[in-house]
Amino acid sequence: MRRYISAYFEDEENLLRATKDLRDKQLSIQDVLTPFPIHGLDPILGFKRSRIPTIGFIGGAIGCIIAFGFQAWAFVVDYPLFIGGKPHFAIPSFIPITFELTVLFAAFAMVFAFLIRSKLGPGANNPIHDERITDDRFMIIVDLDEAGNQDELVKEILLKEEAQEIKVKEIDK
Amino acid sequence: MYVSPIREPLVTGKKTYKKITDEISAPIEGKAGKAWYAGITLTVSALLLGLAMMGYTIWQGIGTWGLNKTIGWGWGITNFVWWVGIGHAGTFISAILLLFRQKWRTSINRSAEAMTLFAVMCAGLFPLIHMGRPLLGFFVFPYPNTRELWVNFNSPLLWDVFAISTYFTVSLLFWYVGLIPDIGTIRDRMKSKFKKWIYGLLSFGWTGSAKHWQRHESISLILAGLAAPLVLSVHSIVSTDFATSVIPGWHTTIFPPYFVAGAIFSGFAMVLTLLIVTRKVLNLENYITVGHIESMNKIIIATGSIVGIAYITELFIAWYSGVEYEQYAFLNRATGPYWWAYFIMMTCNVISPQLLWFKKLRRNLVFTFILSIFINIGMWFERFVIIVTSLHRDYLPSSWSMYEPTMVEVGIFIGTLGLFFTCFLLFIRVFPVIAIAEVKSVLKSSGDQKDKSETKEKH
Repeated sequence: MRRYISAYFEDEENLLRATKDLRDKQLSIQDVLTPFPIHGLDPILGFKRSRIPTIGFIGGAIGCIIAFGFQAWAFVVDYPLFIGGKPHFAIPSFIPITFELTVLFAAFAMVFAFLIRSKLGPGANNPIHDERITDDRFMIIVDLDEAGNQDELVKEILLKEEAQEIKVKEIDK
Repeated sequence: MYVSPIREPLVTGKKTYKKITDEISAPIEGKAGKAWYAGITLTVSALLLGLAMMGYTIWQGIGTWGLNKTIGWGWGITNFVWWVGIGHAGTFISAILLLFRQKWRTSINRSAEAMTLFAVMCAGLFPLIHMGRPLLGFFVFPYPNTRELWVNFNSPLLWDVFAISTYFTVSLLFWYVGLIPDIGTIRDRMKSKFKKWIYGLLSFGWTGSAKHWQRHESISLILAGLAAPLVLSVHSIVSTDFATSVIPGWHTTIFPPYFVAGAIFSGFAMVLTLLIVTRKVLNLENYITVGHIESMNKIIIATGSIVGIAYITELFIAWYSGVEYEQYAFLNRATGPYWWAYFIMMTCNVISPQLLWFKKLRRNLVFTFILSIFINIGMWFERFVIIVTSLHRDYLPSSWSMYEPTMVEVGIFIGTLGLFFTCFLLFIRVFPVIAIAEVKSVLKSSGDQKDKSETKEKH
């Protein structure tokens, strides 16, 4: 059996303080759901920096190599054709397409990484805890132990920050 | 967070988070008014006219246009460059202003990006039709073919293919990634089961989880970082279509920065034209405030002045180069048979934006609206002047010629205007015109609440 507690706040500052308190008491926060990104929440929740920029860099590097390599191969190796007396290996005129494909590959790599890692996509069936989350409610879901020893402590912290609709839920596994 | 009280609020009307959601979603939930139906009837008629003229061109051939042997590029390429340029403001607002942390972009970026996509769609049509046989348009891509030839990677026209298609794709990704949380909001508000299902599908299962938001912010920033040089590269590449040729009047190194500035200039004019009407019709005056209009007007002065300096530099360099062909090209531009086009260009693009130095005019909506249309016209004529006046006096006086568009070309241009505005009208009924989540995130720091806790809904 898994148990957790959910509650919502009406202001992001209450959420921030409550989250900090809960983290200080070594309680495990399952998720925080908000209508917009809350600044300062990531370090409190202990999130590591997102690796999306790295993925973008790798994608861009691949695009860059493919674009430049293909143009050079086509014009120098596969079919060397004189065009206006220009050199076959014309680096400057390969740059625009190389740049465009670098950007294209990086963008696709990042978007796919974002969607796959976050399990988002057409037809993704993520549970919607409350329809007001995308409107004006800041929701927090805190894990509880099975024995129920943490219940009071969590409720106390949430109530101190004016949390509403505090609900304990149990799921059989 | 402390914000100087002197700063003009970006969101007025003492909004709460709830109010923001309600007011921005209203145009999607409510029934379309008479004005909307009248508008879309008009734009769809224009689109149909354009489609008919495109069909006629493809059926009969490019001879239905007013082009001749001397003047091979006329309205078609003028419209192409004009539309691409208009698209650039959207990317400028959403990418470059994001990197500069300009909070006022949050109210206008969504609609400006949508405008980018529609403008690039219109632009892309012209080279395709201009090929004469658009069904063979795929020849521009380097795929292994039975002709055993590769495309010419040294040609700016091919760079254009890659630049425009990448630009469209990356803009679409950027726009859609930004839309996902807001589609989630719409999904959660929809009452009808069918609409909920559709928006649920489009929202990609967005939940608002903190980890998703962290990734979302990261990807938005990096995509902006990529889109910023991209937008500069696209119009630079478009300008090399001209600059790498040996036609006097085209063969100038100033073209890339001059085209980019002109693109952003014309794009902001189009954003103003659209948003001054949109904010009024959709009751979004508290989100797109006069302050926003003024900020955009400031960018118009900056880019308009760059364009003005570029025109004067071109004239100076033509004289200073000592090349008589170059000198003639520019003298002929200003005083030759197309002097009127040059005159319209100079008046609309160089003189009219300078009026915006007056604060009263910058904040005057009617004036700004009229001026934005002047700039749209002026920037169209800039491309017309560059293309047609440079070509119509060829090297041999025996091949000197004049160019006049036929009804077919005019019809296709009207058709793309129809396509653009039809897409925009559909967009405002389907997706939130303002980035809901982004406006909420600047509400506390830039709203007009005296007490910053007023964003809470009172019970």
